[in-house]
Amino acid sequence: MSADKSITDTTTLVRRSLAKRHAAEKRFRAYGIFAIVASLSFLVILLVSIISKGLPAFKATYVNLDINLSAEALGVSESPDRTELRSASYNTVIRESLRELFPEASSRREKKDLYALVSNGAEYDLFDLVIENPEIIGTTFSLWVLADDEMGSVIKNGDDLTNPENIVTRMNENQLSWAKKLQDDGRLDVRFNTAFFENGDSREPELAGIKAALIGSAFTLLITFSLSFPIAVAAAIYLEEFAPQNRWTDVVEVNINNLAAVPSIVFGLLGLAVFINYFHLPRSAPVVGGIVLSLMTLPTIIISSRAALKAVPPSIREAARGLGASDLQVVTHHVLPLAMPGILTGTIIGLAQALGETAPLLMIGMVAFIVDIPQSVTDSATVLPVQVFLWADSPERAFVEKTSAAIMVLLAFLVAMNAVAVFLRKRFERRW
Amino acid sequence: MSATTLVLVAIALAALSFAYGRMQAFQVASKHGGMKSMHSLPSHYGMMVALWCALPALAIIIGWKLIEPTVISSVLDGSIPQEIVDAGPKTIELYKNDIGNLVDSDKISGIADAGKKLAAEKLRGLRHISSVALMILALCVAVVGASLALKRIKPNTRARVTVEKIVRFFLIGSASIAILTTVGIVASVIFESLRFFQQVDFFDFVAGTQWSPQTAIRADQAGSSGSFGAVPLFVGTLLISFIAMIVAVPFGLLSAIYLAEYASRRVRSIVKPLLEILAGIPTVVYGFFAALTVAPAIRHVGESIGLSVSSESALAAGAVMGIMIIPFVSSLSDDVITAVPQAMRDGSYGLGSTKSETIRQVVIPAALPGIVGGILLAASRAIGETMIVVMAAGLAAKITANPLEAVTTVTVQIVTLLTGDQEFDSAKTLAAFALGLMLFVVTLCLNVIALQVVRKYREQYE
Amino acid sequence: MNKSAQEAFDNLTETVGDAQVDKPKMRTENVNVFYGTNQAIHDVSLDIGNNEVVAMIGPSGCGKSTFLRCLNRMNDTIPSCRVEGSITLDGEDLYGPDLDPVLLRARVGMVFQKPNPFAKSIYDNVAYGPRIHGLSSNRAELDDIVTDSLKKAGLFDEVKNRLDAPGTSLSGGQQQRLCIARSIAVSPEVILMDEPCSALDPIATARIEELIDELRQNFAIAIVTHSMQQAARVSQRTAYFHLGKLVEVNDTKAVFTNPQHELTENYITGRFG
Repeated sequence: MSADKSITDTTTLVRRSLAKRHAAEKRFRAYGIFAIVASLSFLVILLVSIISKGLPAFKATYVNLDINLSAEALGVSESPDRTELRSASYNTVIRESLRELFPEASSRREKKDLYALVSNGAEYDLFDLVIENPEIIGTTFSLWVLADDEMGSVIKNGDDLTNPENIVTRMNENQLSWAKKLQDDGRLDVRFNTAFFENGDSREPELAGIKAALIGSAFTLLITFSLSFPIAVAAAIYLEEFAPQNRWTDVVEVNINNLAAVPSIVFGLLGLAVFINYFHLPRSAPVVGGIVLSLMTLPTIIISSRAALKAVPPSIREAARGLGASDLQVVTHHVLPLAMPGILTGTIIGLAQALGETAPLLMIGMVAFIVDIPQSVTDSATVLPVQVFLWADSPERAFVEKTSAAIMVLLAFLVAMNAVAVFLRKRFERRW
Repeated sequence: MSATTLVLVAIALAALSFAYGRMQAFQVASKHGGMKSMHSLPSHYGMMVALWCALPALAIIIGWKLIEPTVISSVLDGSIPQEIVDAGPKTIELYKNDIGNLVDSDKISGIADAGKKLAAEKLRGLRHISSVALMILALCVAVVGASLALKRIKPNTRARVTVEKIVRFFLIGSASIAILTTVGIVASVIFESLRFFQQVDFFDFVAGTQWSPQTAIRADQAGSSGSFGAVPLFVGTLLISFIAMIVAVPFGLLSAIYLAEYASRRVRSIVKPLLEILAGIPTVVYGFFAALTVAPAIRHVGESIGLSVSSESALAAGAVMGIMIIPFVSSLSDDVITAVPQAMRDGSYGLGSTKSETIRQVVIPAALPGIVGGILLAASRAIGETMIVVMAAGLAAKITANPLEAVTTVTVQIVTLLTGDQEFDSAKTLAAFALGLMLFVVTLCLNVIALQVVRKYREQYE
Repeated sequence: MNKSAQEAFDNLTETVGDAQVDKPKMRTENVNVFYGTNQAIHDVSLDIGNNEVVAMIGPSGCGKSTFLRCLNRMNDTIPSCRVEGSITLDGEDLYGPDLDPVLLRARVGMVFQKPNPFAKSIYDNVAYGPRIHGLSSNRAELDDIVTDSLKKAGLFDEVKNRLDAPGTSLSGGQQQRLCIARSIAVSPEVILMDEPCSALDPIATARIEELIDELRQNFAIAIVTHSMQQAARVSQRTAYFHLGKLVEVNDTKAVFTNPQHELTENYITGRFG
C-alpha cells in the first residue's frame, strides 16, 4: 500500500468514527458518576432513614399527676419503717390520682385503659421519692411521671388530638379523649429523655435505655484494647524489626493476612468452644467478649502497625545503632515513638471495628436481657450493637425509635473514634 | 483476694521493684567508681528486678487458676450424695454446676437440701483456702524473686542482655498468637464437627436437601433423628451472596474507575472517604435497615406490580449486603487500577484512543487479575456476613433461586442453633460447628486464592 | 557550565542554523511550554520535513522530551501544562479548536522510552489501534494490517508462530519493535520517538536504528535521543536543545563536524552532558 493512500484512509476513517467514540466516552464517564452518586445516595438514605426514625427517642412525654400520698393508700402505718415502705403499694396511689382526674372511667375495662396511660415506671419514681423523703407521706403534691409509650409517641409526634381519626395509634377513643383533656389542662410535657441514657434494658419501651449496653461496650473495649494493643504492637515489632527471613516468618505473615479475612462469626465459635466450654469462663461476660474481639482485631492492628514501623526510614535505625544502641534500644527509643501515631491510628480503627461487631458476641451469649448495669468485666452484660439487634427484634412499635436512637449513639461513637484517628494521622503525619 | 486483684498487686510490686532496683544500681555504681563501671544502665537493672518479681508470680497465678477447678472438683467428689453418684456422670456434672452457681450467687443460706448445703459449704471452704494459699504463695514468690535479683545487681551482671532476651521472647510469643488463633479456630471447629459427624453422616450433611434441626432434640426417640441436609443453606448463602455481588461489583468497579482515572485530586479526596463510611457502618445497622426499610419497600413495589414478595426476602438482604460491600470492591479495584503503569496508558493515548477506550481495553485487562482477586475477597466477605442475613433473610430452609422468597444461610443457622439454651452434646448444637467448619474452609480457600492472585499481580508491576 | 558558556546561553535569543525546511510536514513557531509557573520550553521554532529523521539532542532536562510530547498533544494529560505558540501539521493548527486530539494522535504516532506493550497478545497489541479507529472492515483486512506492520517493524519472522503469546513475553528489543509495529498499524504520517533505545542493549539498539532508517521512506520521524552517536547514525537533521531553548539546528553532518554555537560545541566535544 502506498503511503499517500493510507494517510487519506486513516484520516477519513478515523474522522468517520469520531462522533460515536466521543459519545461513548461521555457515556462511560456518566456511568462512573452515576455509580458514585448512587453509592453515596445509599449512604444518605440509610442515615436519613435512621435519624428520622431515631430522633423522637431522645424526647419523652411526661404526665403531671396530683398525688395524694396518704398512708392509708400506701397501705402502711402512720410512721412506717423502711421495710414497710419497700413493700408499700405505690401503684395504688398513682391509680387513685388518675381516677381522680377522670372519675368517668368506671368499668374494669375503662379503668385498665386509664391506668395504661402512665408508664409502669411511674411507681418506681414515686418509690424512690418516698424512700428518700419519708416525711412527704400524708401530703398532697404534684408529680411529673413518665407516660406510657403509646400516648407518649402520639404527644411527641405533635399529633392533633382534636382530630383523633387521623392519628395512627393503638390508643382507643376513651384514651384519646383523656389524653386530649390532659393536654388541655397542661398536664402533658415533652422533655429530653434522660431515661434513655440512665436505664438498662426494659420490656417497656419508654423505660428502656442504653446505659447497661454502653457500660458493657466500655468494659468489652477496655479488655479488647488492653489485650490487643500490647500484643499487636509486640508482634508487629517482632515481624518488622527482628524476624529472620525464613519459612516460619512467611507462615506467620500469610496467617495474619488470612485471619484478617476470616468471618467474624467464626471467631465467635472459637470463643464458645475454647473460652466458655473449655476454660469455663463466664458466659455473657465482657471479659470473654473482649478476648474474642481482641483476637479479631489483632490482624488489623498488626498490619497497620507494621506499615507504620516500615515508614520509619532505615537511616534513623542506623544512626541509633551507630551510637551503640542495642537492637531493642533502637526500637524502643527511636523507631517506636516515631511510628506511634500510625500505630495508634490503626488501633483506633481496629477498636471502632470491634465496637460495631455483633455476630461473635451472639455466640458467647452476650444477647442476654440486661436490666442491671454491669459492675465488672465478669458480670453478665450486653453491648451496644447487640442491644440494637435485640431491640430490632422486639414487636413493640416504640422500640423502632429506640433501635434507631441506639444506632445513632453507636454511630456517634464510631464517628468520634474515626475523627480521632484522622486527626492523629493528619497531625503527626511525617514524610521522609 | 480475687485473681484480678492479685495480678494487679503483682504488677504494683513489680513497679516498686523497678524503682528500688534502679536506685540500688546507682548505689552499687557509686561504690565501684561510677556508672561507667556497670555493664548495663540502671533502668536495665531495675527492669531485671521487676521481671524477676512479676514473671514467676504471674506464672504461678495463671497455672494455679488453670488447675484449680479440676483439683477442687475432684476433692468435692467426696461430698456428693451417693444417689447422685449412682445416677451417672452427667447428673454429677449437673449437680456440681448447680452447687457452683449457688456459691457464686451467694445463696447457700437458702438451700433447703441438707446434703447440697453441706457440699456447697465445702466448695466455698475449698475455694477460700485455695485463694488464700495462692495469695500467700504468689506474694512470697514475688518478694523472693525480687530480693534474689536485687542481690545480683553487680557491675558484671549483664542485666541488659537478660532483659532483652526476655523482651524478645515476649515479642516472639505475641507474633505466635496469630498462629495460635488459627490453630484454635481450626481445632475448635474440627473437634466439634467430628463429634457431629459421629451422629450424622457426612454425606447426608453436605448433600442432603432437608434441613430441620429442631427435631433432633428428641434424638433418643425412635425414628426421629432430625435432618441435617445443609444444601438449602448453601443454596441460600450462594443466592444472597450472588445478589450482593451483582450490586457491589458494578457500583464498586465503576466508582473505582471514575475515582482512579477521571476524578480530580480534590473530588477523589472527598469522595473516597465518604465511600469508606459505607464500610465502617456496623453490620447490625445494615441488618436493621434491610429489615425495616428495604424489605418493606421491595415488598411494596413487588406487590404493586403483582408479584408475591415474602416479608423477608433474599433480595432485600442481598441488596443491602451489596451496598455494604461496594467500598471493598471499589478500594481494592482502585488500588490495582492505579498500580497499572502510566506508560501503558501513554502507549494507548499515543495511538489516539480516547480515555474510555484506554480504560476499557488497556487498563482493565491489565488490572483484571487484581480486580478478580478483590472480587473474590468481597465474595468471601459476603458469604461470611452474619447480621444482615440474621435480621433480614429469615429462617426458611428452602432450595430456590427466586430472590423474592425468604431463604436462610449458613451463618443464620449458626446463630439460630447457638443462641438460646444449648446442650453441648446434642447434634443440634454440634451442627453449628460443622456449618462453621464449612464456612471457614470456603472463605479460607477464597481468601488464599484471592491474596495469592493479588500478590502475583502486584509483583508483576513492581 | 563555564562562565563563557553561561554568557553564551544568556545571550541566546535566536536559534543558530536553519530551523525551516521547504514543504514541512510539521512546523512549530515560537513554542513556549509552562508547567504551572515554570517555563520548560522557550521560544522554540523547528520544522519536521517529509521523509526525514530529525534528531533532538541535549543534556537531560533540556526540554527535548517535553517538546516532542507537544507534537501530538501528549502533554494534555498533565493538568498543569500549558502550551503557547503555533504548531501545525500540514498547515493545520494542532491546538486549534477544530482539532481533535484523537484524530491527531492517529496521524502522529508515538514510541516511548520504555517499551510499554499492553497486557494483550502480540496480535492484539498491533490490532489495537486499527480496531479502535475502525480501520479495517473485516478480519482478513485486520490480519493484513497486523502482518504488514510487524513486517515493517522487522518483527514478523520472530513472532509469526506465536502471535497469541502475550506481548510482555518478548525480549526488551522485541517489545520496542512491537510498540513500533503498533504505531505503524494506524498508518500515521509522523512518528515521534522518545529515546526509544535507552532501555535496550546495543544489539537491539542497532536493529531499531536500522528500522528507523527504513521507516523514513514512508514517515516523517522525530527522535529524541541522549546518544550523539545515535543521532549521527539515524538522522538527517539534528537539533540541539539546552535548558529549554533550541540552540542550534542543522544538517546532522554539519552539527557534528562544525557546530556553530559554543554551547553545541561544548556538548558535542563532551565538556558537559
